Amino acid sequence: MATIQGVKPSRRPGKPAKPIKGTRGRGIALHAVLVIGLLLSTFPFYWAVMMSTHSSTEIFSYPPKLLPGSHFLENVRSLFDNIDFFGSMVNSLIVAVSVTVLVLFFDSLAAFVFAKFEFPGRRTLFALMMAIFMVPAQLSAIPQFVIMARIGWIGTMTALVVPAAANAFGIFWMRQYMKGAIHDELLDASKLDGAGFLRQYWHVALPVVRPGLAFLGIFTFMGQWNDYAWPLIALTNPDNVTLQVALSQLNGVHGTTDYGMVMTGALLALIPLLIVFAVGARQIIADLGKGAIR
Amino acid sequence: MATAPTVDKPPAVAPEAPAVHPKKGVLSHWRLYLAISPFYLLFLSFGLIPVGFSLYLSFHRWDGLGSMEFAGLSQYQYLLSDTEFWGSIGNTIVIWALATFPMIALAMVTAVMLNSAVRFKNVYRFAYFLPNVTSVVAVAIIFGSVFSTNFGLANALLQAIGLDQVAWLNTPWGIKVAIGTLMTWQWTGYNAIIFLAGLQTIPGELYEAARMDGAGPVQTFFRITLPLMRPVLLFVMVISTVTGLQSFTEPQVLLQTTANDSTFSGGPDHAGRTMVLYFFQQTFDNNDFGYGAAVAWGIFLVVVLFSIINWRLVQRRDEEQ
Repeated sequence: MATIQGVKPSRRPGKPAKPIKGTRGRGIALHAVLVIGLLLSTFPFYWAVMMSTHSSTEIFSYPPKLLPGSHFLENVRSLFDNIDFFGSMVNSLIVAVSVTVLVLFFDSLAAFVFAKFEFPGRRTLFALMMAIFMVPAQLSAIPQFVIMARIGWIGTMTALVVPAAANAFGIFWMRQYMKGAIHDELLDASKLDGAGFLRQYWHVALPVVRPGLAFLGIFTFMGQWNDYAWPLIALTNPDNVTLQVALSQLNGVHGTTDYGMVMTGALLALIPLLIVFAVGARQIIADLGKGAIR
Repeated sequence: MATAPTVDKPPAVAPEAPAVHPKKGVLSHWRLYLAISPFYLLFLSFGLIPVGFSLYLSFHRWDGLGSMEFAGLSQYQYLLSDTEFWGSIGNTIVIWALATFPMIALAMVTAVMLNSAVRFKNVYRFAYFLPNVTSVVAVAIIFGSVFSTNFGLANALLQAIGLDQVAWLNTPWGIKVAIGTLMTWQWTGYNAIIFLAGLQTIPGELYEAARMDGAGPVQTFFRITLPLMRPVLLFVMVISTVTGLQSFTEPQVLLQTTANDSTFSGGPDHAGRTMVLYFFQQTFDNNDFGYGAAVAWGIFLVVVLFSIINWRLVQRRDEEQ
């Protein structure tokens, strides 16, 4: 990696080539491939949107309903009649935002240490973390409930936020990312300038790992937003739950499941997630030129 | 965590990391220990007891209600000779391989394409993210109909190129291909975003230099992109292994309607019954909590073993992981 040293700091992140000869044909081929991928990715989503505009019986009729129906408003109305959609959405937002902020901080801090510092027990502690990560998650639910009940967190959002505040997935990810992104010369230089550990973390490490943090932030938020099994167990008051748990209460109301309503609920629940992605993903390919020494 | 030493090996192959404070005692590193402490404190508070309890459980017989009965090693002895468990390991590995290799290759190609100077990359990125958030209920309905024998899209395509219909959700291989396809569809964009983030660590100047030396796109990919992406590739391989070998949702939603005896049975002939599905079946269908715990520890060992193999394979050619 020494080759990069001494190169002028101006940089166009990830733009490998300016247009060169033959790019026009290659550009069209590139778009053709990307569009095929786009269609494959979006078609089921489109279909799901269409389902939300139909009644349950229409959804399961043949041929599949691929055009908008007229049931959307009716589905929305029965959705809002059956669950406290906005109340549970606020709960979900509180949990997902708190966890995301905590995870971004704790995971990137720990990852910085594992990626760039040497200290007694480093390998063992890292291996232990990876081993813990590999324990099947299903093992923990029941005993964890007992512990939470003891300390009185059951039924509160604390039971969701605190255990999720740091995780091996994010530490491992940020460690791998920092290995490639933070060059030792940068740290050495900042140390000569008298920067301590926290300043190195905040002013040297974090600015160059923004794409890595963006990925971790988006998918931590999403994981919390969509989490279902643990909130279902831990939130014992059916009137004070997260959105996914509220949506699950729609199954089997009035004897059978109204799939039109279920699809509408799932779709409306996605909107905050899509906003977070749209905003967060811009950070993945952002202009890192300023401030970051390359 | 008596098993921890077994996994000591993988990270041990990382002799890297500049020794910033090499010659001081343990206490002088207190900032570093403090910085990594949250994860371990959370595990000690909320993870250790559950893990210990399940270990304890695996040496007992318990139906979840009555009294526990000490069983010694007999649950593990039975596990070793349980052909259904070994079958579920086979299913899991086949499904994992069918999903993981296409997924990683496609994700890498997508990321490199999106990273090149292409227009509308925001639109593409957004579109490729959608499979990851499309409602599980919708995914189950849609893929159920894509792989339906008489009306499905998959068979329509086969017939269009002159091949016979396949009863996808009724044959051992069809089930595995269907689950693998579903997983590939759902996770390719996710991995592409990981790779895309990883690509941002490669300075544009390197590509420019390569281009001036007359390197083509393929050469550039193998000489520059791939070697510099190795830490991120290692991450993706390990994560795909850990999550892929514990796959549960995909087979469960796809096969729950065709399952005859239980929602965890994994379809006809149990061809889609993964290890975690088998764990659920033993624990919650059969109320065999002791054996379920033993199965879970069996899963843990398989996952650790595979992760070590992967770690070795990806990192071998480069010491700096």
